[in-house]
Amino acid sequence: MRPLLITAATATSCLGRGLEAHRAALASGACGLAPCRFESADLETWVGEIAGVDETRMPRALAAFDCRNNRAAEAGLVQDGFEDAVRAAAARWGSRRVGVFLGTSTAGILQTELAYRRRDPRSGALPADFDYRRTHNAFSVAEYVRERLALAGPCAAISTACSSSAKAFASAARFLSIGAIDAALVGGVDTLCLTTLYGFGSLDLLSRAPCRPYDAERDGISIGEAAAFFLLERGDDASANADRIALLGVGESSDAWHMSAPHPEGRGALIAMQAALRAAALEPDAIDYINLHGTGTRSNDAAEDRAVSALFGGRVPCNSTKGMTGHALGAAGAIEAALALLAVRDGLVPPGVGTRRLDPEVRARYEIAGARRRVDRVLSNSFGFGGSNCSLVIGRAGARA
Amino acid sequence: MKLAARIEGVGLVGPGLAGWSASREVLAGRAPYSRTAAEVPAPQGLPATERRRAGIAVKLALAAGLEAASAARRDPATLAAVFASSSGDGENCHAICEALASDDRQISPTRFHNSVHNAPAGYWGIATGATASTDCVAAFDASFGAGLLEALARIADNPALPVVLVAYDAPYPEPLRSARPVPDPFAMAMVLAADDGTGPALAVSMSDAAPDAMPDAALERLRREIPAARALPLLACLARGAAETATLEYLEGLALQVEVRP
Repeated sequence: MRPLLITAATATSCLGRGLEAHRAALASGACGLAPCRFESADLETWVGEIAGVDETRMPRALAAFDCRNNRAAEAGLVQDGFEDAVRAAAARWGSRRVGVFLGTSTAGILQTELAYRRRDPRSGALPADFDYRRTHNAFSVAEYVRERLALAGPCAAISTACSSSAKAFASAARFLSIGAIDAALVGGVDTLCLTTLYGFGSLDLLSRAPCRPYDAERDGISIGEAAAFFLLERGDDASANADRIALLGVGESSDAWHMSAPHPEGRGALIAMQAALRAAALEPDAIDYINLHGTGTRSNDAAEDRAVSALFGGRVPCNSTKGMTGHALGAAGAIEAALALLAVRDGLVPPGVGTRRLDPEVRARYEIAGARRRVDRVLSNSFGFGGSNCSLVIGRAGARA
Repeated sequence: MKLAARIEGVGLVGPGLAGWSASREVLAGRAPYSRTAAEVPAPQGLPATERRRAGIAVKLALAAGLEAASAARRDPATLAAVFASSSGDGENCHAICEALASDDRQISPTRFHNSVHNAPAGYWGIATGATASTDCVAAFDASFGAGLLEALARIADNPALPVVLVAYDAPYPEPLRSARPVPDPFAMAMVLAADDGTGPALAVSMSDAAPDAMPDAALERLRREIPAARALPLLACLARGAAETATLEYLEGLALQVEVRP
């Protein structure tokens, strides 16, 4: 595929608000996780909360969308000049030529969880203020962003569990590549809720401490939350764009194996990474850093390591940033795309925070310490329930491999 | 711009609509429609454990998708897949919300993995062995249109890989049913491949036109009540087998104009 320029970007997570906060966190190896005090959750685990997200004020005209998930979206849209960049693109191309593709796993289901505590004791009805369409439904965050920025092009929520927002890039890339649109607002928003906390608890996949990806003693995930947005456009003058950061490739696959466990050999993961390299027309050794899915569960990390080492041997530096951000589920692909962008822009390999003693079984070149060095191309992995896999290649549009 | 594809096979499950062949005369307007309860077939191809765990959304999506693949004479393992649904498995969602509002918040692992919007895609892969990408889109009442565009964009991007598009919706029980009244289960599927000049085929463009209604009042009610049934005017064109244009509801202020070539 032709590189698609990332002409604006912003990130919000437990590491902070905006790209600069994330750059500083990457440089210092910060951990945004804390013991879970979310809502009424009674679970021994750590989470990565966006500080102060509940204080975000929604525009009055869109008050019906008010919920934690859309507040996180709103918080994200107004920083890093993102809103202005999108409005300028809509003015340049026409609002119908700007598509919206947002990944989310649970959208605003927290609102429904809370509403179920306020059912009418006699009829069982939900409270009158409950707005299913604008909070609970998977589309709510995409619809919110589209209305908030007065966009009028194609729009969809992509919901494939933990690969959702990586796959949002895949959808957007297709629409852009075939010329159906001229710009795409891409990203993901997923926020804490009881369904995922208790759900991962039921699978015994919640770490009791900050998660330790690829560690010999890893014991599960730390759930995080995030909102990250990107503006993608075709760059029509390749030579002028050589140094700009772009989406270079996307690869997708299905495990066709199990609903909640990865294929033990990482079959689907391998297919997705190979497809992403092929789309970017790159050999494996052209990748400077791999941002692993690296959730910190026994099975995910083992399967991913098999796939990564099969393709890259022990040559390409890799690690997981989920020890910093937690696992932002449907927003993981987007927040990690933002970290990939920062790695390229600022020349830094993020540290593998949380990992103390690397699992001796690991064959990939897992680097616990970060480094300052030139990074031209990053491969970022996102895998989800249902065996849904997506890999992105983000890097300089014109750098020679 | 227009996005085109050949339609190789169709699948259909809904109230009074038991499969594509059995429904053609009704959708063409040549036989009366009677809204009897939908019969959702048991899922084919799943191992016993997964078959037991499959909820209604999975059953719907598999039935329609496999019918379309069979009509297209395609091995489903060779297809990419696009799943479009407003809401997924309503019964499962209700059970989780009820448990989380109770004193005992334990939810079962099966309930949890069935709660993801892409559960039907996951079961589809297990049933068929397809390792190509599966997309799962949601766009509330515009979900069918979003799925159709996604499938057509896939084909335009990679003409060598046919796609099965599956649009499905299942009802919520109360109290969510009052907030999102989808009264019946419904699923439709189409295997789409690169347009090679033979029919039947479709070409889709964005339009300001008002969406078509179904001439039959009961079918029109179905179209309006269930997001996946927004496909009915397109299915009616296919059933009639004539060169026609249908305008399908998509997002507010943006419809999809579909030229059908028999």
